Amino acid sequence: MDIARLTVSEIQEGLKARRFRAEELAREALGYAERENPKTGAYLHFSPERALAAARRVDGAMARGEDPGPLAGVPVAVKDVILTKGLRTTAGSRMLASYIPPYDATAVVRLERAGAVILGKTNCDEFAMGSSNENSAFGPVRNPVDPERVPGGSSGGSGAAVAQGTAVIALGSDTGGSIRQPASFCGVVGITPTYGRVSRYGLIAFASSLDRIGPFARNVRDAGKLLGVIAGRDEMDSTSAFAPVPDYEEKMRGGVRGMRVGLPREYFRDLGSETGDLILRGVETLKKLGCEIAEISLPATDYAIACYYILCTAEASSNLARYDGVRYTMRSRESPTLIDMYRNTRGEGFGAECKRRIMLGTYVLSAGYYDAYYRKAQKVRTLVARDFAQAYEKVDAIAAPVSPFPAFRLGEKIADPLEMYLSDIYTITGSLAGLPCMSVPCGRTASGLPVGMQILTRHFDEAGMLRLAHSFEQAGGVEG
Amino acid sequence: MKITEQEVRYVADLANLRLTPEEVTSLRADLDEILAHIGKLNELDTADVEPMAQVLFEAEETATLREDTERPVLGSETALANAPLSGAGCFKVPKVIER
Repeated sequence: MDIARLTVSEIQEGLKARRFRAEELAREALGYAERENPKTGAYLHFSPERALAAARRVDGAMARGEDPGPLAGVPVAVKDVILTKGLRTTAGSRMLASYIPPYDATAVVRLERAGAVILGKTNCDEFAMGSSNENSAFGPVRNPVDPERVPGGSSGGSGAAVAQGTAVIALGSDTGGSIRQPASFCGVVGITPTYGRVSRYGLIAFASSLDRIGPFARNVRDAGKLLGVIAGRDEMDSTSAFAPVPDYEEKMRGGVRGMRVGLPREYFRDLGSETGDLILRGVETLKKLGCEIAEISLPATDYAIACYYILCTAEASSNLARYDGVRYTMRSRESPTLIDMYRNTRGEGFGAECKRRIMLGTYVLSAGYYDAYYRKAQKVRTLVARDFAQAYEKVDAIAAPVSPFPAFRLGEKIADPLEMYLSDIYTITGSLAGLPCMSVPCGRTASGLPVGMQILTRHFDEAGMLRLAHSFEQAGGVEG
Repeated sequence: MKITEQEVRYVADLANLRLTPEEVTSLRADLDEILAHIGKLNELDTADVEPMAQVLFEAEETATLREDTERPVLGSETALANAPLSGAGCFKVPKVIER
């Protein structure tokens, strides 16, 4: 048994055949993760007691002849913006360095109810703000493919853990590309489900109209299985959707012959690179699978970054107002007055990127600017969503790059925030429109860096998206 | 120039953020560059476009409302557990009112 390459179905078969018990697997997975973690820093902290307790529950259920759940015994990593009761949750921020949540996120409750074994919490950009994981107060994460390079962000730790093999599956969160881009950079599968598909209850809020929780896995099937467990209406999140959750594993079967796949003209225009070549080779595989390829246009794309960075920073400035030195662990020491306490605590607790976004968000919402920036951006968001609605009259799915380039070097882009923002161009649009979107491995560059192909479908058509991704993966990706 | 250092300090006050003079300088430059890019939105005529606050709104207005029934709450001890300073079941802060 290769602990670093295990799949969910191998674990299920192993447990069923009594080749190992969940507790043995948990001990081995924990030991391996703790030994290997220094190479990447993917995990911030481990939760051995909780993991072993979960594993024993699985063993107990099996001994009693009960169904231990669809993720029984599966070692999972959870991004540290997702609350775990009694287990430190930092959001990658000095502000929450010692925060112990009083409750579990709904996604975490559902994971453990399905028998999953949470090994620990993964590093991320502070409050999920970033595209490289370099904004964590607890240090960067290194890409397991090349330790001189970033794993992507903001869910860099979750992507790296799954790629490195220190978790079988992981939870991340995506606001503007924070699951898809690290999945692409690390060479794993990452899914951003439709907005509302997965409850946000217990997700530390960054930009509430955009935030989504989603899976990482080493193959499409495992990612789909994890999605099936966490998806569905939750009355603790009034924006979670009532739409029924299909059996994604079953829906993945069956081919994609005749499926109409659109290539957005605007996404391939500036892509005369290895990444572009790999995506186009991936499209050739889709053709061989019987997909009908059509060119589409998403003309508002050029305005998406500007729109997104107004809306997400405006929402962030409101959401992060709660970190004021009163309720959440950190308080500046030298603060004689209440207002000093607020200001000093926030000045000391937030890192540079958080401050930048709080400032931009406060600026665009401030008196006299609201209509010019915030309201304007909300209108442009309508245009972005309308582009997709029109495209989906002609196609069933969209194939695109995830990022203009593969994983870059640590420190390479940190000095230029706007350049970093602009690199989110291909993921931002799907975020603004709330569409299901994912990254599936699509070959490697000559120097061995993974590239992901993005697949998008209509709202709540995760099943179609997964079927296309699964068929692509089974056909061998770019080698197909 | 889209934004001055004075405006940066004004916005920092609105956001309750203490900034060092170096931070004011670098944030001014960053915000200036970002705001220049954001200015691109003015190329678009959006006079007849409805603003979008939320992506999906097909459900009935009251679809997400639950019955107003009593439920167990966290309780003040749990709620205060992460407070930097608490006492007598309350969050403690520096004195606000002078006698």
